[in-house]
Amino acid sequence: MAGGAASGGSARTDTYREARHWLLLPSWVVLIFLILIPVLMMLVYSFLTKEFRGGVIWEFSLDAYDQFFFNRGLFGDEPPSIEWTYITIFWRSIWQAGAATILSLVIGFPTAYFIATRPEKVRPMWVFLITIPYWVNLLIRTVSMKFVLRDQGPLNDFLLWTGLIDSPLHIVNTNFAVQLGLFYSYLPFMVLPIYASVERYNFALSEAASDLYAGKWVTLRRILLPAVKPGVIAGCILVFVPSLGSFLAPDLLGGAKNFMIGSLIEEQFKGNAGNWPFGAAASMILLSMVLIILIVFARQQARAEKGGA
Amino acid sequence: MQVTDDRINAIDIRNAVKRYGDFTALKTISLSIRDNEFFTLLGPSGCGKTTLLRMIAGFEDVTEGEIFLFGDEIEKLPPNRRPINTVFQNYALFPMMTILDNVAFGLEMKGESKAAARKRAGEMLELVQLSQFSSRKPSQLSGGQQQRVALARALAPSPKVLLLDEPLSALDLKLRQAMRFELKELQRETGITFIFVTHDQEEALTMSDRIAVMSAGELQQLGDARDIYERPSNMFVADFIGETNLLEVEVDAVEAGRAQVHLGGGHQLSVDAVEGVGKGAKVHMSVRPERLYLSEGAEGPESLAGTVRANMFVGTDIQTLLDLDGGVQISVRSSNSERGNKRVFEPGQIAHINMEQGAARLLAD
Repeated sequence: MAGGAASGGSARTDTYREARHWLLLPSWVVLIFLILIPVLMMLVYSFLTKEFRGGVIWEFSLDAYDQFFFNRGLFGDEPPSIEWTYITIFWRSIWQAGAATILSLVIGFPTAYFIATRPEKVRPMWVFLITIPYWVNLLIRTVSMKFVLRDQGPLNDFLLWTGLIDSPLHIVNTNFAVQLGLFYSYLPFMVLPIYASVERYNFALSEAASDLYAGKWVTLRRILLPAVKPGVIAGCILVFVPSLGSFLAPDLLGGAKNFMIGSLIEEQFKGNAGNWPFGAAASMILLSMVLIILIVFARQQARAEKGGA
Repeated sequence: MQVTDDRINAIDIRNAVKRYGDFTALKTISLSIRDNEFFTLLGPSGCGKTTLLRMIAGFEDVTEGEIFLFGDEIEKLPPNRRPINTVFQNYALFPMMTILDNVAFGLEMKGESKAAARKRAGEMLELVQLSQFSSRKPSQLSGGQQQRVALARALAPSPKVLLLDEPLSALDLKLRQAMRFELKELQRETGITFIFVTHDQEEALTMSDRIAVMSAGELQQLGDARDIYERPSNMFVADFIGETNLLEVEVDAVEAGRAQVHLGGGHQLSVDAVEGVGKGAKVHMSVRPERLYLSEGAEGPESLAGTVRANMFVGTDIQTLLDLDGGVQISVRSSNSERGNKRVFEPGQIAHINMEQGAARLLAD
């Protein structure tokens, strides 16, 4: 198309081309000022020396990364050994975010499927209903959740009342509470992309599969899931990535034992106790980890597609 | 099993009703489709033909009534437990699978080993002459090719009945015409009962052993192509199938299987009597334009004089519109050939319209 227009060589094509640059300007502004520059700042800060009351001294240093990975004793004079504290926090974060993603998928997929199979007229209403809780501030929602889940909270009251349990379940300050919190924080990000793909799905394909002797489960696994996979992947990424860096749910629902990277980074920039280069380094490590996960995922995807062809 | 009938019907539909809430899509249909038959459900869109097909396939519940497949009651079985396969309107080929895997799918689901299923799928693709495309994806094929894949996929598991939901409607005219013969051939070769849904009367007339004409959720007429074309049982069928002159007549007398009628302008005619149309009845009469011919003078007693209004060249035919007394209009088709085209009358000329034996048919409603 562009080639055809260019060969026309008229003044009009030139105008179009000029207009195109201007129309792309907002995207460039967003990309440069809101993504590229902040990330570069973060990268630079991670290689600077810390100032004790927050902030940085403009002096190159690898201390932040060193502190993250190595333990040199209390006074920094012992031979370095691997520092497990932060690696453990990272590992726990991945695990928690992964569990929250799976939970969102298990709940979100049927929800999205349900909405997409309603009559066309009522679908927007269902989508709207799904988003209603998210009009409330995340902090307030997370705090409320803590109240609902705590030992004397409505959930336990209800379970005790039904006689399903004899003593209150301890949910708050467990890994599970964090997973629940993350799940609840990001559920719409799972539901909406899956809903969009299921809505576009040609249900005649399910009928065809059933016509060709496939049961419901096989139809789901071999026909529907492959067709809506892009939506499922998008949903998983949109839940996993923010969960990984989240600090509200872990802080409020997980307690001190269930510290996640988000909280670790947050602390480095809060008040006077912080360590900006360390926070920046942790952010950069988190960023590279997310990128690596996404790249591995995309590669595997491409390979699977090639293998199928 | 019915002992009295040694030819069990492929499909027996007994008093089937389909309602969606307050809306009745099908009003008490009973229909038998014979084994090894090319059967067509014909009707305008919204007549219920696709609903009926989907009920046979199992995609729609039957509100009331029963459906039997070779004597076995099936209307409660899910689609995957009915040995019936469907060729879908837009083919519904699985986009992420190769052509071979598409065709092998049904066989695999029936429990055949992957190797056996693929072998048979390969044979089916040979049958529809698409072997060289077996490793392609559906999107890489043309509409006609996709259509043949859909056929191969539906036939591969050797169904007892094959359902075809307007399978030719997405193809262009030439391909559509070629596919008619291919489908008919395939039906004859496989010996499988085909139930074909279409709104295209030409498709129905050329391919079917029998046709069920449907309208507004009701069966209008059941018969072979000739029955339906030449002996339409009511106004709807006469008007829907082919082209016809629908003339208002009044019956003057009925005697010895013949009815004396007169047209609006007073023209007298003698036609075959039909049941339910007696003396004094005001009904419609259907006369196919190609069963009429023009001449300068009257040829025989059933001849009407009219003034030529216009001639239209239709390619194979020439269609002449004539005005008769009393505001009656009649269209006549004469074949565009040396033999058929005896004489072309110019607009304004008087011509006599002659009727072939049995061309006029009285319609009960």
